[in-house]
Parts: sequence; C-alpha cells; structure tokens
Amino acid sequence: MSDVVISAAGLRKSFPLPHGLIDRISGKVPLAVHALNDVSFTLHRGETLGIVGESGCGKSTLARCLVRLHELDQGEIHFEGTDVASLSGPARRAFNRRVQMIFQDPYSSLNPRMTVRVILTEALSVHAMRPAVEIPARIAELLDLVRLPQDSADRYPHEFSGGQRQRIGIARALAVEPEILVADELVSALDVSVQAQVVNLLLDLQQRLDLTVLFVAHDLRLVRHISHRVAVMYLGKIVEIGPTEALFAASQHPYTRALLAAAPELDPSKRSRKIAAKGELPSPIHPPKGCLFNTRCPHAFDRCYAERPQLTDRSVGHQAACHLTNFDPKDSLK
Amino acid sequence: MRAVLDVRNLTTRFSTPTGALVAVNDVSFSLREREILGLVGESGSGKSVTLRSLIRLLPSIASQSGEVIWQGHDILKMSPKEVRAVRGGQISMIFQEPTTALNPVLPIGLQIDENLRAHTTLSHRERLNRARELMDLVGIPEAARRLAEYPHQFSGGMKQRAMIAIALASNPRLLLADEPTTALDVTIQDQILKLILDLRDELAMSVIFVTHDLGVVAATCDRMAVMYAGRIVETGTIADVFARPMHAYTRGLLGSVPRVGTERSPLMSIEGTPPGLSSIPRGCAFHPRCDFATNVCRVSQPVTETVEPEHDVACHNSLAVLEAGSPVQ
Ligand SMILES: Nc1ncnc2c1ncn2[C@@H]1O[C@H](COP(=O)(O)OP(=O)(O)OP(=O)(O)O)[C@@H](O)[C@H]1O
Ligand SMILES: Nc1ncnc2c1ncn2[C@@H]1O[C@H](COP(=O)(O)OP(=O)(O)OP(=O)(O)O)[C@@H](O)[C@H]1O
Ligand code: SF4
Ligand SMILES: [Mg+2]
Ligand SMILES: [Mg+2]
Repeated sequence: MSDVVISAAGLRKSFPLPHGLIDRISGKVPLAVHALNDVSFTLHRGETLGIVGESGCGKSTLARCLVRLHELDQGEIHFEGTDVASLSGPARRAFNRRVQMIFQDPYSSLNPRMTVRVILTEALSVHAMRPAVEIPARIAELLDLVRLPQDSADRYPHEFSGGQRQRIGIARALAVEPEILVADELVSALDVSVQAQVVNLLLDLQQRLDLTVLFVAHDLRLVRHISHRVAVMYLGKIVEIGPTEALFAASQHPYTRALLAAAPELDPSKRSRKIAAKGELPSPIHPPKGCLFNTRCPHAFDRCYAERPQLTDRSVGHQAACHLTNFDPKDSLK
Repeated sequence: MRAVLDVRNLTTRFSTPTGALVAVNDVSFSLREREILGLVGESGSGKSVTLRSLIRLLPSIASQSGEVIWQGHDILKMSPKEVRAVRGGQISMIFQEPTTALNPVLPIGLQIDENLRAHTTLSHRERLNRARELMDLVGIPEAARRLAEYPHQFSGGMKQRAMIAIALASNPRLLLADEPTTALDVTIQDQILKLILDLRDELAMSVIFVTHDLGVVAATCDRMAVMYAGRIVETGTIADVFARPMHAYTRGLLGSVPRVGTERSPLMSIEGTPPGLSSIPRGCAFHPRCDFATNVCRVSQPVTETVEPEHDVACHNSLAVLEAGSPVQ
C-alpha cells in the first residue's frame, strides 16, 4: 500500500452538556455527548477514504478534529509522522495549508459581500501562494480547473446556483495547493443531476492534482462510487473499515449489513419487504455497554452486552469490530 | 382497476410583484385504488405545489385551473367547507419536516384526538382506544404513555410515525406524502417506507409519494411521474420507466445516480441547472440541458403522448432516447 500521510490513533472527543447551577447543587453528574469513542485509522497518499454512517455518528466531528477545528480530548493525529498537536509557527501554517476542508453548506461558508475574485485573492494571499502580479492569472486558472466561466470572477456568491457555489468552495480550497482535501457532505445539499457534475469534477481533480481525499457523507451509494476505502461509523466508533469492494460485497459487521440492506436499491426488481434494522440509534450521552450496536443487532449474544469488540483483521486491509467473525459473503444482504 | 383520483390540466400560478409565475403547468395524471404513485423531480420542479394544489392548501397569491376529480367530484369547484371536509378526512397529507407540522405545545395524543373528533363520530372512550390502536399501527411502542408526551420528546423517526398516525386518524382513502423520509436516516427511512407499504395493504389506501430519491421510488412505488419545470414529462410503471426511459431528463436523472459496477468512473450527469420559474425556456423547457435536443425542441412545446401502453412522455425525440437505452440496466 502507498505511504501513510495521516494516521489517527485513539481519538476521543466529547461535548459537555450544559450543567446549570441547580444541577450542580443537586449533585447531578455533568453529562456529555460522546461524539468520538476511540477512533483510529490511516489515510494513504492519493486515496479517497469514505466515511459513512447515520446522523450524529461523529463524521463531522472527526473531519473537524482532523483539520484542528476541534481540540481532541484524547488520542493523536500524525501528519507525515509528526504529531499535529506539536506543530506551531510556520509548521502549523504549512499544515493548515496542506490539509484543506470543504464545507457542506456552500451558502454559509462563502462571504456574501465578497466577489469570487476577492474570495480567491484572499485565499492566495493568506498563504502567500503567488506574488500579487500573478494572482489574476492564477484566478483564471482556478476557475478553469473547477469549470466555472471566466466572468464568474466579478460576481457575488448569491448570483450562483448551489452546484456553482460548491465549485467556488472547491476553487478556494484548491487555491492554496493542498495535498489533502477533507470534504464534509460536499454534495449532500445538491440535486442529483448537479451532484453528479460535482462528483465528476472531484474524481477528475483528484487524478490531475494527485489529491488525497477524506470523503464524509451519509449517502452509501455516493461513498461507494467515490472511495477506494470506506470506514463505517456508529455512535462515534469505526465499526468496519476496508477496501470498498470487500466492504460492500462481503461486509463483516451487522451494522454495515443493515445500512446496505436499508439503502433503497435502484433496481425495482430487487424489492424487499423485510425491515433492515429494527429500533433507533441509542443516545450518544448514554451509549450502550459492550458492543455499541447491541440494542439493534439481530445476532447479539451474551458477550456483546459485556465486552466492547475492537477492530480485528478479517481479510487484507479489512477490519471489523464484532464478536462474530463468520459472515458468509454469499449470504444475501436483503 | 378504476381511478380514485383524476387530475386534468391542473395549473397553479403565483401572482408576485414581478408578474405571474406558473409553478404547476398543465399537469394530468390519474391514481388507482391501492396504488402508490411516485412524483419525482429536482428541487423547485413543482412537486410540493402539485400535491398542495390537489387539496387547495395554497397561499392566497395562488390561482388554480383545471380539474381534480375525487370520487366523482371536482375539488377545485368545491366550497371551502366541502374542501375542509375532504382535506384531513378522505385525503390526508404528511410533510417532509414533522417538526414544523406537529404542534409543539400539544401532547401527541391530543393531536390525534383532534383529528378523530373532526372526522369521526366516535365517543370519547372510543377515540382514546382508537388513538392507542393508531400508535400501535405505526409502530410506536408503549402507546398509552407516549400519547401524553410532547413532540420534542420524540426522535425524528418517531415524530414521522406520529405524523402518520395523525394522518390516519380520519381513515383516509388517499395519503399525500411529501418527502416523508428525506430528513431521516437510512435505516429509519427503510422502516417508514415499509410501514407505508404495510398500511397501504391493510387499509387499501392510495398514496402519492413525493421524493427526489429514485431509489425510494424503485423500492416503493407502483407507477411514477417525472416533473421538470412544473410539467410532468414522463409517466409510467416503475419497471417501464427504469428499463425504458423515453424522456431525456428521466434518462439523465437515472444516469446521475451512482450504481454498482461503475465505481470511480464519471457519472452521466446533466449539464447546467434547472431553470427558475421566471425564466423557463421556450419550446421544451429541458432543451438547453438536453443531449437529444433538435431544432423543433427550441421552438415548440412537446405534447404528452402515449407511446407505449401505460407509458406517456412529452419529448420530441422520445424514440431516440428510448433507443439510447437505460443507464440502469
Ligand atoms: N459543537 C458541538 N456541541 C455539542 N454537541 C455536538 C457538537 N458538535 C457535534 N455534537 C454532537 O456530537 C455528535 C456527533 O455529531 P456530528 O456532527 O459529528 O455527527 P455527523 O455524523 O456529522 O452527523 P450528520 O450526518 O447529521 O452530519 C452528535 O450527537 C452531535 O449532536
Ligand atoms: N408561495 C410561493 N410564491 C411564489 N413561488 C412559489 C411559492 N411556493 C412555491 N413557489 C415556487 O414554485 C416552484 C415549485 O416549488 P415546489 O415547492 O413545488 O418545488 P419542489 O419540487 O417541491 O422542490 P423541493 O424538492 O425543493 O421540495 C418553485 O420554483 C418555488 O420557488
Ligand atoms: S458484536 Fe454482537 S451486537 Fe455487536 S454487531 Fe457483532 S453480533 Fe451484533
Ligand atoms: Mg455531519
Ligand atoms: Mg417540495
């Protein structure tokens, strides 16, 4: 496998809930949302790693921790072998430039009072990417790269459609020549036909610019299409990670299997009336003891309520956190 | 099977300070008993306005024309009192965002009771029993306790179930569902879709299901109608439309969805974006984005034709599209 650019080990992050005076006087224990519960993974140069899971499982928290928008409670993130928490001064600025995040909401992440030219000039200047005289040419190049017409430069964000705004966000991220893109629900807010345009653009840019991508999304079909490898999260933990093909064709965790079965098939002849997963997500404030999935798992047995399963190897590069180790790949998922 | 609902040339206009906007344009379709019709299209194509037009749930700036024949009577010609009796009675609607549709200051039980009182002749005791039955029917456990709870004590999926329970209180013959699962997680969406299928079977209802997710359509509906810029451009059975799309827009939509076996290759996609209501192109509204467009498309609006049995399309080049084949086969 190609070289590791980012490795994350034992990441934990929780958000304390408001703990008022009355709570304190009455001796209530402060509560917290456990958004990341011991997350470890590696990101290899040039690959796309997809992160999927249902709402609230910690995908955005993970993405934000990675670009240091959140401080970790525990765990370490290494970038090219160096602990990013130890970076300061120029090294920290270099990290900030080389790892760029693109946000879900193209409307709120662009300043409405700035033209595209000003937005891009600002990005280019912050990291002193180009001498002032070269900036106009670079802006033209960037617009070309994300396939926006050249006259876009002097227009404001509100004059663009959702898909075009998402391209402005991508152009801004690319302006600083990053090596790693962290894309959080990049296309979730877009219509399918426009979604496809942005997906095609991302695939093309990745190849041309040799980008490494962390692609966070809740849409399984999309993640499968884009990713070389996929990690499935549940209640703040990676429950399965592996090469896309292996993970989808021979998933080794009951939750992955439930997600796959629940995603409606595009083929009308493959209908099923069987419910993929019963019950609902447990509260991230009081996650279950033992396996986090034990409240919904059709296979749960004694050990699942007592001991939390850790990720173990299932095949090359494919790990799952489940006490069961025998899932027949031929076993129908529906 | 006979049609329970027959919509003919339905048109809905909004008069705005800058002129009249046509949000629903000459829409015709029919719905049979027990049938689930999927209404698909991208954002702004007019799906919600169409659904609301059927029961005249529109702002005062809207005007309507055409016919909405429900059990032999034209809803558009009914008096306000008659419409109110049908709406929430024989025809119920559920919305995308249960949070905004539920009353936050009333317990769920009371909200079900309100509907039972308005549309049935049950006694107090009977209504209480019926409310419990409805909660069971939609899969909310511990019905007795939960009837006393408020919407904020329910999860997203449970709120949607409660919405459905309220909608079912009147024993509707037709359920209008506007993206009822779009805001939900995929495993919860799966539960709600299967609940709707079960209810259709048990209660012999018809359903119009609005969604922009073609997977949801493939998994739940019997027939589908594809909307673009306020018009229905293609109608047919699910199997026919997926296997033999005849409108270039339908074909493009199908090709935009990632599918197994094409990983990391470019998706078909459709260039450009859907038009705004104030700038709908002349001729076929889709022509600026269409790979199949010819000169006639730029000047004349295609009429809807029945090209194959039960398969209607409004496209000048439907045969070329058909020949190009389905991207999902
Ligand atoms: N700033 C914050 N303060 C308090 N709680 C937070 C904060 N950010 C996230 N959380 C909580 O942490 C958990 C994980 O949230 P996160 O946004 O990472 O989920 P997600 O997987 O991105 O979900 P979605 O698919 O809805 O975007 C959730 O329970 C969320 O409510
Ligand atoms: N009250 C209104 N006044 C003016 N225009 C309106 C009004 N309500 C809706 N529209 C317009 O009518 C068109 C159709 O809207 P509609 O809500 O039916 O779209 P939709 O297909 O349901 O889209 P979505 O998938 O985003 O829900 C849109 O262009 C919308 O802006
Ligand atoms: S560990 Fe047990 S409960 Fe968890 S997923 Fe595996 S079988 Fe199910
Ligand atoms: Mg998120
Ligand atoms: Mg709508």
